[in-house]
Amino acid sequence: MMKNILATIGAAGLAIAVAVSGASAAEDAETPHYPIKKPREQSWSFAGPFGTYDKGQLQRGLKVYTEVCAACHSLKRVPFRALGELGYTDEQVKSFAAAYEVEDGPNSEGEMFTRPALPTDTFPGPYSNDEEAKLANNGALPPDFSLIAKARAVERGFPKFVFDIFTQYAEGGPDYIYSLLMGYGEEPPANIEILEGLHYNPYFIAGPALAMAQPLYDESVEYDDGTPATLDQQARDVSAFLMWAAEPHLGERKEMGFRVMIFLILFAAFLYVAKRQVWSRVEH
Amino acid sequence: MSEQTINADEPTRRDFIYVATGMLGAVGAAALAWPFIDQMRPDAAVRAAGQPVEIDVSGIEEGQAIIVTWRGRPFFVRRLTETEIAAASSLTEGDMKDFQPVDERIGGPAEAASEQWVVCSANCTHLGCIPTTVDDAPEGWSCPCHGSVFDMTGRILRGPAPINLPLPPYVFASESTLIVGTETAGA
Amino acid sequence: MSKFESHGSYTPATGFGKWIDARMPLPRLMHDSFVAYPVPRNLNYAYTFGGMLSIMLVAQILTGIVLAMHYTSSIDTAFSSVESIMRDVNSGWLLRYLHSNGASFFFIAVYLHIFRGMYYGSYKAPRELLWILGCIIYLLMMATAFMGYVLPWGQMSYWGAQVITGFFTAFPVVGEPIQQLLLGGFAVDEPTLNRFFSLHYLLPFMIAGVVILHVWALHVTGQTNPTGIEVKTKTDTIPFTPYATIKDAFALIVFFIAFAYFVFYIPNYLGHPDNYIEANPLVTPAHIVPEWYFLPFYAILRAITFNIGPIDSKLGGVLAMFGSIAVLFLLPWLDTSKIRSAVYRPWYKLFFWLFVADAIFLGWLGAKPAQGVYTLLAQLATAFYFAFFLIILPVLGLIETPRRTPNSITEAVLEKNKKRGRVAPSATPAE
Repeated sequence: MMKNILATIGAAGLAIAVAVSGASAAEDAETPHYPIKKPREQSWSFAGPFGTYDKGQLQRGLKVYTEVCAACHSLKRVPFRALGELGYTDEQVKSFAAAYEVEDGPNSEGEMFTRPALPTDTFPGPYSNDEEAKLANNGALPPDFSLIAKARAVERGFPKFVFDIFTQYAEGGPDYIYSLLMGYGEEPPANIEILEGLHYNPYFIAGPALAMAQPLYDESVEYDDGTPATLDQQARDVSAFLMWAAEPHLGERKEMGFRVMIFLILFAAFLYVAKRQVWSRVEH
Repeated sequence: MSEQTINADEPTRRDFIYVATGMLGAVGAAALAWPFIDQMRPDAAVRAAGQPVEIDVSGIEEGQAIIVTWRGRPFFVRRLTETEIAAASSLTEGDMKDFQPVDERIGGPAEAASEQWVVCSANCTHLGCIPTTVDDAPEGWSCPCHGSVFDMTGRILRGPAPINLPLPPYVFASESTLIVGTETAGA
Repeated sequence: MSKFESHGSYTPATGFGKWIDARMPLPRLMHDSFVAYPVPRNLNYAYTFGGMLSIMLVAQILTGIVLAMHYTSSIDTAFSSVESIMRDVNSGWLLRYLHSNGASFFFIAVYLHIFRGMYYGSYKAPRELLWILGCIIYLLMMATAFMGYVLPWGQMSYWGAQVITGFFTAFPVVGEPIQQLLLGGFAVDEPTLNRFFSLHYLLPFMIAGVVILHVWALHVTGQTNPTGIEVKTKTDTIPFTPYATIKDAFALIVFFIAFAYFVFYIPNYLGHPDNYIEANPLVTPAHIVPEWYFLPFYAILRAITFNIGPIDSKLGGVLAMFGSIAVLFLLPWLDTSKIRSAVYRPWYKLFFWLFVADAIFLGWLGAKPAQGVYTLLAQLATAFYFAFFLIILPVLGLIETPRRTPNSITEAVLEKNKKRGRVAPSATPAE
């Protein structure tokens, strides 16, 4: 029976593959597809079954975020207290938070007031509301960064999306952010017209160009740990930081996953032997 | 059962497999139960929100009491008069079931001449209602729910409440600033 | 009634057991249903998905109940409450990923269960009602999954709700009022989210109720088996416990390995990135895609791009989509063959696998933009989908020459083992 099944599946699969390749070719001719270039896959410390965040990298990424990105992009779901996971002490977190002003109140006079932020507060955004943000950015709304690394992923296409299951590829977000940050400065192809106020970037997911001008250059920040702040390094660090901001429990998850997998495989092996023993009593 | 047909040494191996499989299942089920219990504990945001609170007490006159909250729970802050302190001090061990000397119940800013502040829980130690403030020295609070009566410093005088109103950690950072939730100023 | 009703061998051992048995024989019911219950001795692993599904239902209810302790169903706070589950609640990320991936694995198991039923002809008399109850469970599952997907209030949640409730506007006259009734307004909004949460909490318990009926119906007729031949003698069967229990348990843990792999290593693989963006009624995502388990139906919906007489393309698409599910209910009567199992039906076997390939292909098309050659392919695949049920199955039963079927399950088992040269162990079937 298995032979028949395989043969049938094989034949059907072949037919589909032919149809699909024809379809893809036809589609490419019809409408332009964004991004123009697929993200460049990088190697990340948090990829794979034993991946964990590199705290030094996250600290550098935090610096890039606070000194560059934070001018326009909020991080409204991340509380300062979470920065302890980056390796900072409670005191460091407190003084880091205290450098920000947050609105609180009303006080006993019914007035809202500002006070230095506490570790329990979340990162205050650069704008008080979306309308103000749009006004300051020619009508484009800079997205919040709390979940950006999980909210952006370029479609992988067939057959990559099948292989991704086995390679555990889940870094589409940071790959995209890194590629976008590195993707400025190319000359747009002659057949693409770039509108006034937009900036060509072949890695942008929703069109040929975006409203954000190139945000990072070599030496945009100065790293405290002496790492040379090349554009590549900064793009890499801030992508890793944003992945952490979106998925802070990633390390814990993979570590627990390893223990769970070991347990389940062992349990399955014992059940299999037990099942064999039980069924050996009867022909089936 | 077909066990009779099996060799003498086999039952041990068979039993081992069954018992070990069963135990693995039990361990797995127990481990799986943990996240379901764990999620009920206060979450990270709630735990972090236990931060000390600062209260401006400059507006409280002698003889006045206010309620403040820390960790979502209410606390009394009461500034006693000389007479009230005297009334509280006159009570003896025989007058209450959970005796504590008055000086352990009151505090104040380091620079003040005398201690005259009571900072204590505002949940009755019986079943958690908030006692109403009364001004009938030595009686200071009386609980509307089940009739427990506390003195001016929050010590239980009579009624079903078993112990005095507990004192939170607090400190006076200055003459006018009370911090509830920590005993070290400037934290 | 059932030829299995005499299998009860429950004898309470203790005085307390007897006391209970005389008053409310629940232990006897459990014993007769899950211990002494006779199952065919030749069931293969394709028959383990039913047990798996009941475990998955319980797992989804349990994780769902604890998630509901932290979730708030207000449009202002729903998204952030899910984020606080993911960031702050102890083990919250685990429970949430278990629940969201659990839905997908629930559907993986249900599709395998349905395909198994189709392959071995499990829907045929006298099991039509069993099959229909299964179809009802599947419908309830789809409704539950859809409403659950709306709860996180991400972009895909919002626009998915918009599109799916929009189906009803395809119906003339009654369409708009029905849509407004579902939404509780003129657009997806606060009332919609609140009622979806309420129903998402309720429906799983209704599923559990229908599952009990499904199992009841199963225990009246007994399982089918790969040969498709009914149980004739006691040697054809073995007791549910320990045989089926241990086999189901092994299959379940293997299933859990795959489930855990997704939860711990690629928890967002089956989700959509846009659902990590909070719902925005003014911005539609570039590609609206339903969850993977709805993709074949989504492809059928979009395949109807032409008017059919008085039926416009929109209504036609909706009717085709509902029809693709409705046709499942009729399956017991559309298949005219007297032979149950595909094992003895060479042509049906071929078309069955083509149908599986077609369903997967439709799923793939559902994720593709609806344009150009994809539309044509979706139309062809949709045509095959309906032809399979409405033309191939009725005709095949009349013209196909089946292979010789064995006389009994026991004969089939012994024959197979002889062919494989397997020496019979001391054959001690069920006592």
